[in-house]
Amino acid sequence: MTNALIRLPRSVKRGEAFEIKTLIQHPMETGFRAGTNGTTIPRDIIEEFLCTYNGVEIFRMKLSSAIAANPYISFHTVATESGTLFFRWTGDNGFKVEETARIAVA
Amino acid sequence: MDPSLTRRRFLAGAAIVTLLPLPVEAAPDDLAKAIKEVLGSAKLNTGKVTLDIAPLVENGNTVPMKVSVESPMTAKDHVKAIHVFNEKNPQPYVLNAVLGPRAGRASIATHIKLRESQKIVAIAELSDGSFWSAGTEVIVTIAACVEDLMQ
Repeated sequence: MTNALIRLPRSVKRGEAFEIKTLIQHPMETGFRAGTNGTTIPRDIIEEFLCTYNGVEIFRMKLSSAIAANPYISFHTVATESGTLFFRWTGDNGFKVEETARIAVA
Repeated sequence: MDPSLTRRRFLAGAAIVTLLPLPVEAAPDDLAKAIKEVLGSAKLNTGKVTLDIAPLVENGNTVPMKVSVESPMTAKDHVKAIHVFNEKNPQPYVLNAVLGPRAGRASIATHIKLRESQKIVAIAELSDGSFWSAGTEVIVTIAACVEDLMQ
């Protein structure tokens, strides 16, 4: 079971930029490490993170093996209207997690 | 002969020249190549970007890093993308974030892995097509990927 955490301000003023913090449970196996039998542990990472605000893309990030396990991503957006933030993480082995969060704009 | 050019002065001058910051071309091949791929034919300027990362890191498995860019973030003048590269991990590539005027503030943060002490470079791509960068050296005492055999 994958856990994703989203942290937003409880309410924001219209036109104000606010920070969105996200954290997701994932090993981020680099694909460069050797296992006990000498073979390389296959790569298993999150490749892309996407965030939309009422259906409009506001942030997208390509991740690599150099991102630490349980990726933490923080970014900003301007509060335009109350609505839904949608988050999607996709990666190796068909990894896909989707989350939504409500944002109240005063 | 010019009396001011003594052997001692010459050596002091030579030492200063060696200590000057290296241009991007002088970075190890992979890093330079990866940066070149992003830049294309554009010129890389220094400034506008702030790369926030501890200079001395105890644990290379999780290194907090923050990149912010000075920009009004308007429709006309904003940061389009932020790229981060490293010098000595197996791949030069760390992340690539796509932003726009709706970001309001060009500031992102994440946690990265560092295999050893090395240089980190952050590059911002602006809406006018210019590229700005900041780089820093990070010393790592416990590297990432050392726990291989404990699996």
